[in-house]
Amino acid sequence: MSQGASAGREATISFDPGRMRELERASRRENLGRAWYKFSRNPLSVAGLAVVAAVILLAVFARYATPYPRDAGAFVDFAHAKLAPSVHHVFGTDQIGRDILTRVVFGLRSSLLMAVLVLVLVVPPGVFLGLLAGYFRGTWVDVVIMRVTDVFLAVPPLILALAVASVLQPSLWHGMMAVSLMWWPWYTRLVYGLTSQLRNESFVAAAEVNGASLWHILFREILPNTVSSVLTKMSLDVAWVIIIGSMLSFVGLGVQPPEPSLGSMVADGARYLPDQWWIAVFPALAIVVVVMGFNLLGDGIRDLFASEQG
Amino acid sequence: MSFFSFVARRLASTVVVLLGLSMVIFVIARIMPGDPARMAVGMMAPHWVVDRLRAQMHLDQSLPVQYAYWLRDAVHGDFGISLVTQRPVISDIIEFFPASLELVLCAGLLAALGGIGLGVLSARRKDTWVDGVVRVFSYTGVVTPSFVFAILFVLLFGWVLHLFPVIGRLSESMTPPPVVTGLMTVDSLLAGRLDAFVDALHHLVLPALALAMGSIAQESRITRASMADNLGKDYIISARALGVSERVVMGRLLLKPSLIPTVSILGLDIASLFSIAFLVELIFNWPGIARYGLSAMLHKDLNAISAVILVLGAVFALVNIVVDLVVAGLDPRIRLAASKGR
Repeated sequence: MSQGASAGREATISFDPGRMRELERASRRENLGRAWYKFSRNPLSVAGLAVVAAVILLAVFARYATPYPRDAGAFVDFAHAKLAPSVHHVFGTDQIGRDILTRVVFGLRSSLLMAVLVLVLVVPPGVFLGLLAGYFRGTWVDVVIMRVTDVFLAVPPLILALAVASVLQPSLWHGMMAVSLMWWPWYTRLVYGLTSQLRNESFVAAAEVNGASLWHILFREILPNTVSSVLTKMSLDVAWVIIIGSMLSFVGLGVQPPEPSLGSMVADGARYLPDQWWIAVFPALAIVVVVMGFNLLGDGIRDLFASEQG
Repeated sequence: MSFFSFVARRLASTVVVLLGLSMVIFVIARIMPGDPARMAVGMMAPHWVVDRLRAQMHLDQSLPVQYAYWLRDAVHGDFGISLVTQRPVISDIIEFFPASLELVLCAGLLAALGGIGLGVLSARRKDTWVDGVVRVFSYTGVVTPSFVFAILFVLLFGWVLHLFPVIGRLSESMTPPPVVTGLMTVDSLLAGRLDAFVDALHHLVLPALALAMGSIAQESRITRASMADNLGKDYIISARALGVSERVVMGRLLLKPSLIPTVSILGLDIASLFSIAFLVELIFNWPGIARYGLSAMLHKDLNAISAVILVLGAVFALVNIVVDLVVAGLDPRIRLAASKGR
């Protein structure tokens, strides 16, 4: 299918390359416009996008967007400890006098950083192994790769991530590595399933007959057809990684104090419930809001691709 | 494939997976910086003690040989001594596992009843306010981490309303029933102690509910979606056209096939409840294997960590086999296959 279309396109390109490229760009713009139109029909998806955009902006510009940036570190101000929410401290202050709004924003920043880095670390190898195992389905390559994913999926990811994070010194980086180590098999499984179907398509056979290299078949023929599923999974996984990261830091195996993280703020604040409720409640709410935002956005992206394919 | 050969094949592949898992755990345990022999005897011990222990623990040999020794002991149920409790790890596991099992089973039951109940309710009242409330609840439930629910419940039901106890499995004034199964509720019934049973159940409700919230939300979403899906199918339309009563349509014709995806996901959920229990047991001070595993992790107690992960891996695999059997029972079209084909 895509092979035939691009062959036709090549013929015209040699005729008038400039004009062709222009047309291609125009049609791409049109496709994007149509996708945005479809996406924007669902108010929930748009709300998700708005939350995610706001969180990303806040996280990137945390130093300028927060009222007391110094409170992100090991700052102590007992004179202003445990203040209830007010105009000066919208979310109140914690047990040692730090502004909670500031720390929530910086906590969001480390949550996002973790989610992005985990996906960057996990998706390329996961997808690559899935492509290999799916293309060589039924051979020893398939058996070895998929048995290894079985091993990593034999225990819920949180437990192994906790174990790895505890064996290394707990920190944001080690927590991230621990989660990454447990996360790649999901992408391998997803791409494996897609690839083992796609390899039977005629455009793959055509490429094989034409003597295309393995590299070309995997990355130019098969990979582009898996992108929509992988992107959908990534957008939903951001939310999961944020939850797992907050769980790690909640039990003390993630980001270490004084670095702010939403999970450890909830854990610390829980000791001051119910009288100083704001210490735990606002970080907890922040987790719920950001996870909800990414989930809504992910659902929107999924619907977009689903209706495209269907 | 017959029932028995299915179970046999799945058990065999479980053994292979657990072997792989044991290798992963072994490697994780060995990448830790520091000398396990030195850590076991402490900083003050003289050199010759450390050296003797190192030889005893086979630490002076190559990694594969160490692994072989470790595996031989593990197969015999010998995971070494726990640094935290100073007892054999296996007896710790035997003591703590039933508490987690009781909690997870109870949470699984809540997830099944609550999730299917809400999902059916939502599907039958589709596009009414009931449906709206359930859907908002499910969405919130899915995106809220379990520890937030746990803290919320402790605060609301424990400290504000004083409806439920929030710590442990039994009131301190209550003498625990003799341990038979390790499940507090079952043991109290076996001992004929109704007061202990009620007290244990009372302690169980809140942590189990906190543990189950995410699954309840998830199951209700899936049940609703799959019922809504099947509602438009020809066999339902023709049944209605033939005048089959709405109760039979909803209860018999629609519900059973709609539960298949719910049960599949529920199985995965029950297994992952063991991982969420790591947080919930911490908050409710529930003396289960998850809290034991967590304190082992915080103290770098490698013997205990390895054992906990292997035990949970085995449980996870068994639950998956059972779920596949149940799904096959629900849907006669599904053939039991040794590996899940796509």
